[in-house]
Amino acid sequence: MFEFWNAVAEQPLARNAVLASLLLSMTCGVVGSYVVVRRITYIAAGVAHCVLGGMGAARYLQTVHGWSFVHPIHGALVAALLAAAVIGWMSLTSREREDSAISAVWSVGMASGVLFIYATPGYSQDLMGYLFGDILLVTRQHLYLIAGLNVLLLVVVARWYDAFQLVCFDEEFARTRNVNVSGFYILLLALTALTVVALSVIVGIVLVIALLTLPAALAGRFAGSLAQMMVLATILCALFCLAGLTFSYGPDLPAGPAIIVIGGGCYFVVAAAGYLRRHFQRTQ
Amino acid sequence: MTAIIDIRDASVYYGTTPALLDVNMTIDSGRFVTIVGPNGGGKTTLFKMLLGLVRPARGSVRVLGRAPGDARLSVGYVAQSPQFDPLFPVRVYDVARMGLIGADNPGRFRNRKSTREKVLAALDAVGLADIENHWFNSLSGGQRQRVLIARALVTAPAILLLDEPTSNVDITAEDKILDVLQQLRNHMTILLITHYPKVASRFLDLVFCVNRTVHLHPPTENIDDALMRHITGLSMPGTFPKPATDSCHV
Repeated sequence: MFEFWNAVAEQPLARNAVLASLLLSMTCGVVGSYVVVRRITYIAAGVAHCVLGGMGAARYLQTVHGWSFVHPIHGALVAALLAAAVIGWMSLTSREREDSAISAVWSVGMASGVLFIYATPGYSQDLMGYLFGDILLVTRQHLYLIAGLNVLLLVVVARWYDAFQLVCFDEEFARTRNVNVSGFYILLLALTALTVVALSVIVGIVLVIALLTLPAALAGRFAGSLAQMMVLATILCALFCLAGLTFSYGPDLPAGPAIIVIGGGCYFVVAAAGYLRRHFQRTQ
Repeated sequence: MTAIIDIRDASVYYGTTPALLDVNMTIDSGRFVTIVGPNGGGKTTLFKMLLGLVRPARGSVRVLGRAPGDARLSVGYVAQSPQFDPLFPVRVYDVARMGLIGADNPGRFRNRKSTREKVLAALDAVGLADIENHWFNSLSGGQRQRVLIARALVTAPAILLLDEPTSNVDITAEDKILDVLQQLRNHMTILLITHYPKVASRFLDLVFCVNRTVHLHPPTENIDDALMRHITGLSMPGTFPKPATDSCHV
């Protein structure tokens, strides 16, 4: 079971995996808490799947048309921000049902990604990599990317913690306090999109969604404030990542799915315990 | 007395559907105004117009002598049955403190002492200062409503707008909320939307009937069930009891 920690002592890539786990835990703890309390996990998942379209298109342009200056992360960034803008605009102004609009953006983004990947010679095997990533292949540049995103998040949260909390808690009252509700909603979607891009190129799309939602949803059951929720979600996220790495390394299993199963298992156990507790309180 | 709210010939439309038509209303400082009328009659739209959240297509609205958007921070607002995430992690103190956002700097470190004094004074006014550290979502419906009233009071507003504050609470909680309003009526102008005769009759000062148009109800000693049904059951504009005055200037 402890092969991974032996590898950490000897291999830079294993050390990078630990550092990446700790850094992305903070990202997911902060952004995930907002995503969960504002109930936009479905939007985050839609944006994450659109990233596949951007990555696929960038890889296609790079390989088939020789646009060497285009990297998959550029495509991911454009796709994520575009998806966030479209969903945000539809949510704020359109008369479309929000969930239908998100489903349309989600499915079109992902389907176009699959088409681009299969149209790119020699890259069809990349699909699983984009979906689940590999946290054991994190480079130093990736670590700098997440560290930079964390600095940006800390600045934004420190500056607008109260306004974000009010917008997430009670939009209507926020408007009466002269808070720019639409502006903060778009900013939250943009931060979510940036987080999804930065993390999906490292750990894959599915793991990003899991780490944005599961630790924060669990933390929300025990925290007394949004700030406490962020700290607790960061700790839980780090524990899930390190446990996933620990248990998957020895038997040579993929780390991403192991992390998701551990986090999801904890979530279901706590949710079931909460249900049983309420049930017994009612029957007594 | 000074007119604190002055609405002249104001009409509000949602798309092409009229919500309020040619509203005239002048309210002087210190009055307790009860607003009654059928569902969909425009009562909440009237409040949103006073807060500057909805703009009239024509006519003028002045609140405290200013445009509604400019006076917004001097107006406390308690919305009708707001829905909250049952798992949102927030304590009573922090909900009340939200009222200072925009009006003051409620920073966690700057102005901390004065912020705390204001928040505790507002919670004390509704009788909940002793549960400031309780989780908001662990409270009863009546307690939550009183916390939301404290949130509206924390800036010491000149006007308090309450949109059906006693809906969805039991009789005991209703009595406590009404007791709080009884205390507050000496300190500010209060506009209260209600469907309940008991509530309307307790604060008999001014009663406005809102159903697209706004009329001042004739002064009466009591508003009973039959009268409330008469007021709220008439869905077509123009079928209200005749206004006491044409301009509703009080």
